[in-house]
Parts: sequence; C-alpha cells; structure tokens
Amino acid sequence: MATVNSEVLGLGRWGRRKIADAIVDLGDLSIFAFQICAGLCRRSSYTTLLPISYSVGVRSIPVVTITGLFIGMVLAVQAYAEFYHLGLATRLGQIINISVVRELGPVLAAVMLAGRVGSAMAAELATMRITEQIDALACLGANPVHYLGTPRFLASVLLIPLLTILANFMGVLGGALICIDVYHVESHHYWENVRGYIGMWDLMTGLIKPLFFGAAIAVICCHRGFYSEAGAEGVGRAATRAFVLSFIAVLILDFFLAMFLNNLYDYLWPQARHML
Amino acid sequence: MSEALISLQQVTMQFGTQRVLHAIDLDIQRGQTLGIIGESGCGKTVLLKLIIGLLQPTVGRVIFDGNDLGKLSERQLTQQRLRFGFLFQGAALFDSLSVYDNVAFGLRAQGRKSETEIGEIVRQRLQEVGLPPSVLDKKPAELSGGMKKRVGLARALALDPEVMLYDEPTTGLDPIMTDVINELILQTRRRRPVTSILVTHEMKTVNKVSDRVVMLYPLSRLKPGEPQVLFDGTPDQLRACTDPRVRQFIEGEARDRLQELALATEPRP
Repeated sequence: MATVNSEVLGLGRWGRRKIADAIVDLGDLSIFAFQICAGLCRRSSYTTLLPISYSVGVRSIPVVTITGLFIGMVLAVQAYAEFYHLGLATRLGQIINISVVRELGPVLAAVMLAGRVGSAMAAELATMRITEQIDALACLGANPVHYLGTPRFLASVLLIPLLTILANFMGVLGGALICIDVYHVESHHYWENVRGYIGMWDLMTGLIKPLFFGAAIAVICCHRGFYSEAGAEGVGRAATRAFVLSFIAVLILDFFLAMFLNNLYDYLWPQARHML
Repeated sequence: MSEALISLQQVTMQFGTQRVLHAIDLDIQRGQTLGIIGESGCGKTVLLKLIIGLLQPTVGRVIFDGNDLGKLSERQLTQQRLRFGFLFQGAALFDSLSVYDNVAFGLRAQGRKSETEIGEIVRQRLQEVGLPPSVLDKKPAELSGGMKKRVGLARALALDPEVMLYDEPTTGLDPIMTDVINELILQTRRRRPVTSILVTHEMKTVNKVSDRVVMLYPLSRLKPGEPQVLFDGTPDQLRACTDPRVRQFIEGEARDRLQELALATEPRP
C-alpha cells in the first residue's frame, strides 16, 4: 500500500513538474512572439525579407502543387462510389471543393510550410546558435530576434495565403480531373453545382485561417531554433520538435478557428443556415 | 590605481543545476591585456560573455565603465556592447554573407556611415589583418581556418572597439598561423588604445601577448572555500609560480588525470 501511495505521489509530482514546465515554455514562447512583433517597427527587420520570402514562398510551390493536386484526386476517388450509388455523382464537386477550400487546402499548405520551411528555419537558427552567430549579431549591434525572427514571421504570414490559394486551386483541379475525365461525370452539372454551393465566405475563411497558421509556425520554429541545445543532436532535435509542435499548433488552431468562424457566420447571417 | 574599466564583483554563474563560476572578483584596467587561462570547462568563455553582457550573472555584478550591465535596458546594453569587439572561437562569421558583408555588418547596423565610407573601412580592416581584396566576395565556407579568424578580427575591429575580447583565437591553427594571430593581437594593441581580454590554452600566446594572467580552476576540482581564481599576476610570475595545479597546466602534464581516467573507464562490479 505504501509503495502504491509513493508511486502515486511520485506521478503527481512528475505531472505537476511537467505542467509547470509547459506553462514556463508557453510564457517564454509568448515573450518571443511579442519580441518578433516588436521587430515589425524596425527597418533592420526588413533587410533579409526578400531572400527569406523566396525560400518560404517560391521554393514551396512545387511541393504544394503536387500535394494539392493529389489530395483533390484522392477525395474524388474515395467519394465517387458512394455518390454514384445515391445518384449524386454530379454533386461530387460540392463535397470535394468545400473540403479543399475550407479545410484541406489551408491545413495542407500549413503542414507543407511547417515541414519544408519550419524545420529548415529551426535547423538554420539552431546552427547559428551553436556556432555563436546569434551572439555575434548581438555583439555587432543587431537585435537577433528582430534580424532573424521578424522577417521569417512576416514571410510566413504573408505568403501562406498565396500557397493556400495554390493548394485550393490544385485540389479543385485534381478533383475535377478524376470526376470528369476518369469517372465521366457530366462537366456542366459538376461545375454548376459547385458554383451554387461554395460562397465567398467559404473562400475567405479558408484564407483567414492560414494567417494564424503561418504566424504560429514561424514563432514556434524560430523559438525552437533560437533556444536549441548544443551539438548536431541539438540541431536535429530542434528541427524535429519545431515540426511536431507547429503541426499540433496548426490542428489546435484549426479547430478553434473553425468554431469561431462558424459562430461568427451564424451571428452575422442568422437566417442563412436555414436556407441551405 | 585608477578606476577599473571592467569590474566583476562576486560573479557567480549557474546553468540549471550546474555552477560554472563562483564568486569571481576581477578588476581590469584600461589598456591592459589580460590573458585568462584554465582547463576546458572552467568557465573562461562564460566569463567573456558575462563581460560583454551576452549572459547575465546568476549572482553578482559586472560593471563596465561605471555601468552595471545588469541594470541597463536592452537598448543601453546594445550601445555598451558596441564598445567591444569580440573574436569568437570559431570566428562566428555569418554563413550566408560574403566576407565584405560580414565585416560591414556592424557598420551597417549602426547606420551612421555611407556605403562608400563602409567600403573604405572594410578594405582597410582586411588589409590590417593581411587579407587581399580578392577575398571580399568569398563566402566563409570558402576560407581556411586562419582566414576565417582574420576576417572575424577585421569584423570586430571595424567598429573601432575600446575593448577587444578574444575567445581562443589560436585554437585549431597551425603554429605559423598561431603566431600570425598573436602578432595581429599585438599590432591591434599598438595601433589603438585598446583593452584586451584573451581566453586561451596556448601558453605561447599568453607569454607573448598578455601583460597580466588570470588562471581559473574548474569548480568541481576545488576544495570547499578555495577561490576559483588560482593565479593572478604577470606572465613572469606565472612562470615562477609553485602551485602544483598551475604548474601542471603550464607544463601541460596529465599526472593524476590519467588515474582519474582509468577509474572512470574501469568496469563496475
């Protein structure tokens, strides 16, 4: 009995310590995010914006194009049989496109950004930390968070909506390609049904969410890089944790933003739901 | 004696549960060249980073020219840091920038000089450290270890610092390049009224460059109540010092460390 009690007590202590660590980490992350935002008012934060934007945006185009196309195609393949048996094959475009525009496009672009750009950001900054380049920046009169963090934050926030538009476009194209060219769904009705179903609100919510995703990814990945542990192992761990944490943050944010935006829609247009 | 330019008062530094420095008192006079020696892990680099305000002491104060670095705002601290030049152990050149941009970085960050003036200063500093104009467009990855150190020195000197901090400036270099760096440190001191603090393992560098030597000892090897500063004096006094721990370091002998190594690697029953 005494052993069980001591184990329970030990577990309780461990749990409390973990919770306390998580609160400290969250506070640390919030201060870091605030410092990054403070850098938006500094001219020095914009000197490296262009090359970073190229790396974040332009170099992400191929991967977002391919994943967007295939996600639309997979949705079409999975949904076709069910819709065909119900005689609703011409309505396939509605479910594919609404899924892509409202959820899959933004989340997919965010996951690609976290995986391709976020982990690279964390690894690059972690390498700069362990080779003392971040200390060197501070010694030369630059604020390292403003010089390194702010342009990465800005590039992520500004370019992720564009990557989302690309992912949406390719997803819609992929779905249509499979439905019309492979399953021979009548194209006129396919597009007509889509046009009547997806509204401006759907497009806008799909573009508002990525702004938050981009901000979260940049802050988390830069923070992981800045506070990396020493050595090659530390750099690897920073890159991995940056991806895992930003991926989790994207999913959590997606849930709360979806709730918030749905409630906002109901508040702004209370009659609209009943008309659907 | 005049008031010290840099003063460390009862400085203790701890990372998590690991204490690296304990109750260090050290005054550094203007114009002095101080060599800090000691075994790896005794806190020499940490001491340099405390002096420039990159780290804040867990306990104690670091005073630079009358300013307590712990009480300054970030902006004031940055202003004070610009009075220092720091040559990092691995040079810490920015990988993505050319040699020119590396040396020009601090000048551009200050924003007080035109690009023409910056260009002149960059060429002048590179010439001072013996590098030809052909390296200007090269990236750090294309340079040898000695060249990186010299670019790092040129970058540190670009802002005309009052205090130069050298973190193991000759580590990993061949004997000839080691002497070149030693000469450059001496030349820097001759050309400008600079206070220098040098962290090194190389006794040749200490003897050639320093006019005062401080030896730190790892806390884990000290007996309770013993000060961490084992020696503080001139290079001549260091050579004459009879403390066996100081002698072991300056003569570079393993002695009891081999027994410790054997004990550590012995299989446990």
